[in-house]
Amino acid sequence: MDAIILQILNGLDKGSAYALIALGLTLIFGTLGVVNFAHGALFMIGAFCAVTLTKFMTWEVATGEVQKTAWGSEVPVTKPLFESWFGPEVGGALIDWSVPLAILFSIPIMIIIGFVMERGLIKHFYKRPHADQILVTFGLAIVLQEIIKAFYGANPIPTPAPAAFKGSFDFGAMLGFDPNVIIYPYWRMVYFAFAAVVIGAVFAFLQFTTFGMVVRAGMADRETVGLLGINIDKRFTIMFGLAAAVAGLAGVMYAPINSPNYHMGMDFLVLSFVVVVVGGMGSLPGAVAAGFLLGILESFASMNQIKSLLPGIDQIIIYLVAIIILLTRPRGLMGKKGVMED
Amino acid sequence: MLGLNKKDTTLLIIVAALTLLAPFILNPFPTESGLAQFNAGYPDLMQRFVIFGIFAIGFNILFGLTGYLSFGHAAFLGVGSYSAVWMFKLLSMNVIPAIILAVIISGLFAVLIGYVSLRRSGIYFSILTLAFAQMSFNLAYSVLTPITNGETGLQLTLEDPRVLGQSATADGSIPVTNLFGAEMRSTYEMAVGPWAFQFNMGYYLCAIIMLVSFYLAIRIFRSPFGMMLRAIKSNQTRMSYTGLNPRPYTLAAFVISGMYAGLAGGLMASMDPLAGAERMQWTASGEVVLMTILGGAGTLIGPVLGAGFIKYFENIFSKINDNILHGWFAFMPDGLEDFVVTILHPFIGKGWHLTLGILFMLVVIFLPGGLVEGGQRIARLFRGKKSDDKSDEATQSTPAE
Repeated sequence: MDAIILQILNGLDKGSAYALIALGLTLIFGTLGVVNFAHGALFMIGAFCAVTLTKFMTWEVATGEVQKTAWGSEVPVTKPLFESWFGPEVGGALIDWSVPLAILFSIPIMIIIGFVMERGLIKHFYKRPHADQILVTFGLAIVLQEIIKAFYGANPIPTPAPAAFKGSFDFGAMLGFDPNVIIYPYWRMVYFAFAAVVIGAVFAFLQFTTFGMVVRAGMADRETVGLLGINIDKRFTIMFGLAAAVAGLAGVMYAPINSPNYHMGMDFLVLSFVVVVVGGMGSLPGAVAAGFLLGILESFASMNQIKSLLPGIDQIIIYLVAIIILLTRPRGLMGKKGVMED
Repeated sequence: MLGLNKKDTTLLIIVAALTLLAPFILNPFPTESGLAQFNAGYPDLMQRFVIFGIFAIGFNILFGLTGYLSFGHAAFLGVGSYSAVWMFKLLSMNVIPAIILAVIISGLFAVLIGYVSLRRSGIYFSILTLAFAQMSFNLAYSVLTPITNGETGLQLTLEDPRVLGQSATADGSIPVTNLFGAEMRSTYEMAVGPWAFQFNMGYYLCAIIMLVSFYLAIRIFRSPFGMMLRAIKSNQTRMSYTGLNPRPYTLAAFVISGMYAGLAGGLMASMDPLAGAERMQWTASGEVVLMTILGGAGTLIGPVLGAGFIKYFENIFSKINDNILHGWFAFMPDGLEDFVVTILHPFIGKGWHLTLGILFMLVVIFLPGGLVEGGQRIARLFRGKKSDDKSDEATQSTPAE
């Protein structure tokens, strides 16, 4: 029992990342009908927003004082930029909380990147076949990831979580199991909670606002909404920005879990596509459900008992599920009938 | 000639001349001159030109003719490499059985994957092939380690049986790959004045195999079978309504292109007898997509051009560093020189992929027909508007659409 709970918990954080990326992919596909291979790159850029903010805050500036080393040579004393601006206490706290702060910093950046991408590039590909859309966004993903590589290098950059969230939480003791059986890092809990909030916010936005209603109407029948005198293109562009922001947020918060490197987006992209397909092309709840489902399945498959029964299953479980789903129920778990079913 | 019409014969002869004379053509600069770094006429790179040419020709038979975009073709390349290396380990160092086994095994593998993947089309097909390739890649890294040797990659050792050959040469080293005794790595150097031309046995083997594959591709393009494949691309529903089942045709195209990939993998292992799982990763599949699109999907010569183009610039661009750039722009005033070098820096050396990505995007956006279409447009410009219609017919390779 405890092992099962542990695996479910382990699957949640990866599942959250899959769900967030897949949600953005589905939003873009459902509104604009574009298959965006650059979505993983947006996730990666989000993570690098966190890296940038942390680097900026801890940028060493000379304080003007000089310190003597043990060997008698003089070295200028340096201090992180934010400590010299706000003093050691406030500055130190800000630096410690740089990753959550990067959320605020990344939202406008991601929305702008999303707008520029949609207006500058993807707009011209609505009428072209899906293969062309895949190819051009694939090229864009390469370009984005190489730009990041040129600035930040090829090595992963550790980006720590705030000190308050370091360490683990003894989940088992709370539920009445033996202590130290089910322990779970705090930050992963935060990540899951954060993902749940973001997903909830996106759904609430679509469900309860007039804007969201128009977007949903546009997803159902774009032409009719356009005929009613609503500028649906503009709203879809905003949705693209929103989808980019969701991917970026997923990336920001993921930075402490896995040190960001330039190809993390590609690694997630392949899996997120599989998630979208399993959930059903164009179905938002499907994308979220499939994200968590596959994350949890993956962590179950990496249990030792299962691995000894079926060696290597942890490596292929997601793809295997995708293949089975595609062959037996091509519209995915929650896909609408007739959407991309051939 | 050989069942080809005049246009195709000319094309084949041109390609044959270019590949067979490649050691001369790719070495236009004397070895001592400053431009020698642009020479591509060394065996390793020339082998890669033709091997990736074969890979791209095969990919084009699937993507260019039927329009099915596979994102998992590198899996067949990897399977081909592994089977070839196993042949070297178990049978002998002769490349012929290795290549034959590579083609057969990858063909069988393609039947399996194709049978399942081709039940869907469009983006679903792309994702299914991607999923299969990633599965093979992950398995090669983990569970299949006894066959693939995991992360280290499959290599030859002195303990290998090699029943028809010998486990070790007389001086105790691992024997080299050969074709009935002619070693693949043997190179004849010809020095003409300041130039040095290298003629490599392995390159010529690959080149001849590529010419044969190219010839077969032309035959497929011009055959009724090729016509069926084009019909699938233009309108599959209409094809089914006329009473034809598209499935066997697509499967055949998929298997043929898988066998081409396996052949490329086998040749790769014959030139350098080791095989690693990273050859199967989806970025490797992405590369062949880049080659085909860049050169011109659906055209005969496009994929070969694309493969040569990418491999050439991958090698040459990545060798340029800041010092060389400073040398080139030395004529500028100092400040401007540094500025230009700083601007260009991210695009060269390790940043070559950035250049490739930008180039690829530009081609997809503005030149959907790839380099071939670019060439045709330029040719049309020169010939003037009058012969517009004529030149359309006269171009050696018509896009499949």
